[in-house]
Amino acid sequence: MMFDRWIWLMAWRDSRASRRKLFLFSCSIVLGIAALVSITSLGRNLELAVADQAKTLLGADLVVSARQPFSARAEELIKELGGEQAREVAFSSMALFPKTEGTRLVQIRSLTDGFPFYGKFETAPVEAGESFRSLPGALVEESLMNQFNAKVGDPIKLGQLILPIAGILQKIPGEALVFSTIAPRVYIPATELPKTKLVKAESLARFKVFIKYPSTINVEALAKKHRNTSKDLRLELETVEDRKRDLGRSLNNLQTFLSLGGFIALLLGGVGVASAIHVHVKEKVPGVAVLRCLGASASRTVQIYVAQGMGLGLTGAIVGGALGVILQFFLPRVVQDFVALQIDYRIAWPSVFGAMGAGFLICVLFTLLPILPLRRVSPLAVLRASEAEPLQGDPARWLIFGLMGLGITAFSLWQSTKWYHGLAFTGGILAAFGLLAGVAKILTQVARKVISRSWPYVWRQGLANLHRPNNRTTLLMLSLGLGTFLVLTMFLVQQTLLVDLLPSGHGRQPNTVLFDVQSDQIEGVERLLKDRDLEILQRSPVVTMRLASVKGRAIGDLLKAPDRQRAPNWVLRREFRSTWRDQLVDTEESVAGYWPAERAQDVTPISLESGIAKDLGVTIGDDLVFDVQGVPITTRVAHLRNVDWRRMSPNFFVVFPSNSLEAAPAFHILTTRTPTAAAGAEMHHELIGTFPNISLIDLTLVLKTVDVIISKISLAVRFMAMFILGTGFLVLVAAILTGRYQRMQESILLRTLGASRRKVLQILLIEYFLLGFFASLTGVLLALGGAWALVHFTFKLPFHPPMLAAMVTVTSVCVITMGTGLAMSWGVLNRPPLEILRGE
Amino acid sequence: MNDKLVLEVNALTKSYSTSGGPLTVLRDVTFGLGESRTCAIVGPSGSGKTTLLGLCAGLDQPTSGTVHLNGIGIHGMNEDGRAQLRSLLIGFVFQNFQLLSTLTARENVMVPVELRGDSGADDLAIELLDRVGLADRMDHYPVQLSGGEQQRVALARAFINRPKILFADEPTGNLDSDTSGKVIDLLFDLNRAAGTALVLVTHNLELASMTDCIIKLRGGKMVGSL
Repeated sequence: MMFDRWIWLMAWRDSRASRRKLFLFSCSIVLGIAALVSITSLGRNLELAVADQAKTLLGADLVVSARQPFSARAEELIKELGGEQAREVAFSSMALFPKTEGTRLVQIRSLTDGFPFYGKFETAPVEAGESFRSLPGALVEESLMNQFNAKVGDPIKLGQLILPIAGILQKIPGEALVFSTIAPRVYIPATELPKTKLVKAESLARFKVFIKYPSTINVEALAKKHRNTSKDLRLELETVEDRKRDLGRSLNNLQTFLSLGGFIALLLGGVGVASAIHVHVKEKVPGVAVLRCLGASASRTVQIYVAQGMGLGLTGAIVGGALGVILQFFLPRVVQDFVALQIDYRIAWPSVFGAMGAGFLICVLFTLLPILPLRRVSPLAVLRASEAEPLQGDPARWLIFGLMGLGITAFSLWQSTKWYHGLAFTGGILAAFGLLAGVAKILTQVARKVISRSWPYVWRQGLANLHRPNNRTTLLMLSLGLGTFLVLTMFLVQQTLLVDLLPSGHGRQPNTVLFDVQSDQIEGVERLLKDRDLEILQRSPVVTMRLASVKGRAIGDLLKAPDRQRAPNWVLRREFRSTWRDQLVDTEESVAGYWPAERAQDVTPISLESGIAKDLGVTIGDDLVFDVQGVPITTRVAHLRNVDWRRMSPNFFVVFPSNSLEAAPAFHILTTRTPTAAAGAEMHHELIGTFPNISLIDLTLVLKTVDVIISKISLAVRFMAMFILGTGFLVLVAAILTGRYQRMQESILLRTLGASRRKVLQILLIEYFLLGFFASLTGVLLALGGAWALVHFTFKLPFHPPMLAAMVTVTSVCVITMGTGLAMSWGVLNRPPLEILRGE
Repeated sequence: MNDKLVLEVNALTKSYSTSGGPLTVLRDVTFGLGESRTCAIVGPSGSGKTTLLGLCAGLDQPTSGTVHLNGIGIHGMNEDGRAQLRSLLIGFVFQNFQLLSTLTARENVMVPVELRGDSGADDLAIELLDRVGLADRMDHYPVQLSGGEQQRVALARAFINRPKILFADEPTGNLDSDTSGKVIDLLFDLNRAAGTALVLVTHNLELASMTDCIIKLRGGKMVGSL
C-alpha cells in the first residue's frame, strides 16, 4: 500500500524532534516559491492588462508613419485608408525654460485633434490632456518639470515659439515611462508647429497619421491589403495586433528573465533542502533499522521519509505562496517603468497554484536523492552499528537524476519563448552547479592532502572540517558561490558600462555636441564659441541618404530575396547620415584600402565602416548606389575602417571624400568641451537664444540618463538577486545549523578534554572563513567570467576587472559567513560541557 | 516437551569476503528449538553469537545452510519476504533497547501491530504496558525513561504481536544487577504466558542457565550444547 494512514502517522511522529529544524529547511524553498508565485502572477496580470488595454496601446486602430514628410502618393494612400484621422510630427529639439533659463534636448510632438482615440493622456490637471490643444499650451513630461522646477502656467520656449505649460504629462497610452529619461516628451498643438520654425525639409522628424475605424472594419485585412504599397512609399503601417505582438515579445522576455531568476532561487533552495534531508536521514538510520527489524518493508520505510519531504514541500509551498501573493503588491512597481501598461493587482490563482505546484515538485524531487539510501538500510544495523550502503550502483539513483533533469528542463522550456533558450538555460544552470560542485570536490580533496602536522592545531582542525564526513563544503559552495556569482555579475556589467561611457575628466574629450547646425549658421556658432574661449573639437557636415542598390542589385529586389542571401532589413532600409572628409579621426582605424582614395571618373570612392560592410556583404571594389535626397550617386568601396562607437563623438558608417557631397542639403555637427557646468549652461542659453533650431546634447546629462536606465534595470535584477541571496542566506543558516549538531559532539569532547572556548571558537571561525572565502572566490571568478562574456559578446566593450569590487565581495561574504556561523554556534560555546552532554 | 520445531537451523555458515580472502564468522551450525522452549547462545566476544541470532531472525542471509521458522524456510527469501515473516512470527529485545526516540512508550509498543495493519493496537499496547508496570509512563518519550523502563517498553513491544519466537540480544547488558533481575523475571514471565519460544544471546552464564538449552560458540563453531 502506498502512503497509507500509518505512513503519514509515522512521518508525523518521526518528525516530532525535528519539526523546528525541518521548518527551517523548508524556508530554503520558501523564497524561491514566493518569487515564482509573484512572477507568474505578474505574467498573468500583464497578459490581462494587454488584453484589457489592447487598443490604448496604440491609441488608434492603425498608425501610418514615415521618416520624411508624406509625399503626394503617400497622401493619396492615407486618404484612401479613410477613417477618422489625427496627425503627429515628432522631432528632437531644445526646450528652454525662461524662468530658470534651463535648457534640455526634448522630443517635441505636435498633435492635431482626436488622438488618442482610445485611452487618454494622464495629466495634472486632468483636463489639460484635452485643453492644451485649444489653449494653446504645452504638455510637459513630469521628469522635465521636476528637473527645471517648472510649474503649470510657466512658459516654455521651443524654437521661436513660447507657450504656457498647460499640464504635467504623467502617462501616454502605449508608451513605457523609462524611455522618457532619454528624451522627455513635450506635446504641442499642431497649429503651433510652424511658429517654432524648427522643422525644415532636411530636419530629422517622424510623421504619423493615427486612424480610428468603426468596429465593422477589419483593420488587419485593410493593413495587409496596403502593406506592399506602403513599403514602396517608405511608410510603416502598425495595427493593434502588431503592437500586441511586439509588446508580448518584450513582456515575455521580461517575465522569462524574472522567472528564471526565481527558478534559480528555487533550485538553490532545493539543494538546501536536499542537504538538510541528507543530514536528517542519516540521524534516522538506527530508527529505520528498528522498523525494518520489526517487519517494515524497505519501500514502506522510505515512504515515511518521502512523506516528510512532501510535508516539507507543502509547508514551503504554502508559506512561499502566501509570501508570493504579498510580494505581488511590490513586483508591479519594480517593472512598471519597463512596460507601457497599467498593471492592476489581481491575485491570479491558477498562476499561484501552478508556481506552488512547481515548487512542491522540485522540493520533493530534491529530497528523493538523500532518502534513497534508506532503501538499503539493513535490519542487521540494530545489532551492529552500520550505515546505509553507499549509493554507487543503485539504478534508482539515475532514475532520480533523470527526473530532476527532466523537471528542470520542463520548467525552463515552460518559461522560455524558444525551446533552445530553455535548453541553454538548463545547460547553463547545470554547468554553474556542476562547476561549483566540482570546485567543492577539488577543495575537499586538496584540504585532505595539504594539511601538515606542523600547522597549528586550530588550522589543521578547521581545514579538516572541509573534508570530513558530513562536511558542508559542497552545499555552501553552491549557495554562497551561486549567489555571489549572480549578484556580482550584474554589478560588474553595470560598472563596466558606466566606466566605459564616462568621459575622462581631463584631456580633449568633448562633453557637448551641437547638431542640426545649418550651413549658414556655422560662422555665427563658431564665433559664439570662440567668444567664450570654447574650442571646436570636431566639425562634421551630415548628409542624409538611403541605399538604392548594392553590387548592382536594387534594394527592392534585395528585400524580396530570402533572408539568408542578403543584408538584414534594417541595413537596407536605414537612413544613412554620412559625412565628407579626407582624413580619419581619432575614433577610427584603417582596416583595408587607403583614405583619401584616388577618385575615378564616374564613381565616388567611399570609406565604409567594417561592420556595416560585413552586413552588406561588400568589400573593397564593390559598388553601392546611394539615393541622396532624390539624386543617385554611384560609389565604390575604397577603404574600410573600424570605428570606436563607444566614444561620444560624431561617428559615421559612410565617409565620402571632400568635394563630393558639398552640393547636397546638409547640416553640421560640432563638438566642444565646456570647462564647468555653469559655463556650459551659460553657453547653452545663449546658443538657444540665438539659434533656436540647433539641438544640443549635454553628454554629462546623457551619462546620468544611462545611469538612471541601468539603475532601473538593475533594480529588476537586484529584485531577483534578493531572492537568490535570501535563499542563499537561508541555506547558509540551515547548513550551519545542521552542521552544528554534527560539530557539537566534537566541540564538547574537545572542551571536555581541556580545549578552551577560545580554541573551539577559533576552529569554527577558521572553518567558516575557509568556506566563505573559497565559495565567494569561486563566485567572484565565475562572475568575472560571466561579466567578461556579457561585456565582450553582448556589449562589445573591453572589460576591466574591478579588483576592488572583487575584494570587497570576498571580504563581505567571509564576514557574513563567519558572523552567521558564530551566531548559530554561540549557544554551544557558552554552555558548560556537562550540560550539553546531558542534553544530548 | 513439544516436538514441533519453531526454529530449525541446519549447517548454517556465514562468510564475508575481505581483501585477504573470505572470512568465515559462522561455520556449520545446526540446532532446533521447539515451541515454548528457551535457549541461550553463549560464547566469548567475536565467537559469532550475534551473527547466529541475526541469521536465525532473518535479519541477514546465510552463505550456506538453511533456517526454518515455524516450518517456513527463510534462507531463500528476499528481504521484504523476511520482513513480512518477522512482523508475523518474531519479537525482538536488544541490549540498547532500540526504541524509536520520537515515539512515546505507547506508540513504540503499537508499531508492530500497526505495521501488520491490525486494529486495536492502542488497547493492546496499554494492556501490555500495564503488565510491565508502566501504565503511568506510557505517554513518555524514551529519553524521559530510565534504562530499565526502556527495556520494559521493548519487552511490551516484543510481545504485542504474540510472536512464535522471541530473540533477545544481551537484554540486560546495559542494566544494573537489580534492574537486570526484574527485566529477566518479566521476560520469562511474559514468555511463559504467551507460550513463545526464546533465543537469548548473553555473556551471563547465570542467565543462560535459566534456559532449557545452551549453545556454546567459539570461533564461529558450535563447540557444545547443553
